[in-house]
Amino acid sequence: MEDYLRQYGLLFLFTGVAIGIPASMLLVSRMAQLARMRPHKPSPVKAQLYECGMETIGGRWNQFNIRYYFYALLFLVFDVEAVFLYPWAVHFKKLGLFALVEMFVFLAILVIGFVYAWRKRALEWR
Amino acid sequence: MGPVLADNSIYRDVYSFFVGFMPHQLWWLAYLIAGLTIMVLLANAVLLNTAVFQWMERRLLGRFQVRFGPNRVGPFGLLQPFADLLKLLLKEDIVPEAADRFLFTLAPAVMAAPVFLVLAVVPFGKNSYLLDLNIGLLYIIAVGTLSTMVLFLAGWGSGNRYALFGATRAVAQLISYEVPMVLSLVGVLLLAGSLSLVQIVEAQRLPFLLLQPLGFFIFAVASIAEMNRGPFDLVEAESEIVAGYHTEYSGIRFGLLQLGEYAAASVPAAVIATVFLRGWANPFVPLGWPDVLPSHLWFFLKVFLVLFLFIWVRATVPRLRIDQVMGFAWKFLLPLALVNIFVTAIEVQLWRQPTTAQLWAMVLVNWVVAAVAVGGLSRAMERHRRRPTASVAPVPISVEVR
Repeated sequence: MEDYLRQYGLLFLFTGVAIGIPASMLLVSRMAQLARMRPHKPSPVKAQLYECGMETIGGRWNQFNIRYYFYALLFLVFDVEAVFLYPWAVHFKKLGLFALVEMFVFLAILVIGFVYAWRKRALEWR
Repeated sequence: MGPVLADNSIYRDVYSFFVGFMPHQLWWLAYLIAGLTIMVLLANAVLLNTAVFQWMERRLLGRFQVRFGPNRVGPFGLLQPFADLLKLLLKEDIVPEAADRFLFTLAPAVMAAPVFLVLAVVPFGKNSYLLDLNIGLLYIIAVGTLSTMVLFLAGWGSGNRYALFGATRAVAQLISYEVPMVLSLVGVLLLAGSLSLVQIVEAQRLPFLLLQPLGFFIFAVASIAEMNRGPFDLVEAESEIVAGYHTEYSGIRFGLLQLGEYAAASVPAAVIATVFLRGWANPFVPLGWPDVLPSHLWFFLKVFLVLFLFIWVRATVPRLRIDQVMGFAWKFLLPLALVNIFVTAIEVQLWRQPTTAQLWAMVLVNWVVAAVAVGGLSRAMERHRRRPTASVAPVPISVEVR
């Protein structure tokens, strides 16, 4: 148990390193500005949003295609499936025929749902 | 007492080295210092690998397009990535006023973090790994997904419309390709019986590329899509949405986003090399050749082989439309992944402890199944595409970007 926690302790430390190294580059760049090696000449035109040379009309809010939500729903179903599949796959050799049949029944139900979604054209991008 | 992390690992060696200098009660200090030493080494290896990969990609793309590519800075242009980094460090830092300053800064800072974190569990050579998590592959998938969240952070934080479009596309693409990617690894798990990458390497008597051709194909395609590289680079399609999520970024912030993107390519490359190509193992030892080269060399050779494959695909296949991208994930890769699970599960059920002859039989069956499934499904899709869709009313052409 202690080993287990120590592994994740190292992982926690590594998260710090993984964020720290790239973030330090931001800091170095900032230092370069303080040392006058990096220009800093702000102007209102520079701070505008990019819009192919025109002034931006409207804000960032825009309509989204409803399809994005369809895919999100499908994703949820199949990702939850993966949660069941992974432990089953790892221990499959110990579980035997019963597990095989049971998982095939589970998958078959999902496949039926998948075919239904396909037939209902939920997978089309229109 | 002290931590006994993964007996034969390089971490253990470094830990014993440091703990020798310290009084017994300070083992936790040795634990931290040993960890930090390996972490800094690992992080630098990732950064250097990224620089080499970026150079390689630009040179090879140049070759593919019958031009030279960068060849001025250093021998063969090898120092180009470093020159670029220096240039970007010294560029003016511009934050648009509509941007959310905190998110705008946070996104580049954490962009590369998932890549580092994922590579912590990958064995780079015999016994050379930071951690041997027992949930290795699951951890890789979970943490590897985070980089898309960072893209969304960047797109949202920019306050720019195109950036947000790019970010939503990135998320939609991730969501679609995550499913076949996750399912394609189930076959490997069935064969290996473990999620730990170290044990998966040891479980491969034959490389899983031979035993799992479908799994390899699906995983490779899905991971190209997940890191938003060509031909799936809709997220930053210049002709449609300027530059996608990094439209507003410049200077070192842009550099860090690019770093994260290029570093992200080494994650699937390392995973494919480990899971499908037997990781650090010398492929010629079973043939009776002497094992002279260090295992790390074999690992990096395999990683760069996969990276070359990614570059090749990018140079060859043109960018897809969004309906093609989505359809490919759901209608092509997902059924193939399910077929792969069914076939592999039945095979493992039949041959619990396969002999070498049975393994080769498995290879034969799996390649035939892969060929039939890929060929049959592509022909079915082709027929479906050609059928006139008279019942569907013509859709008015919309000029709106989505």
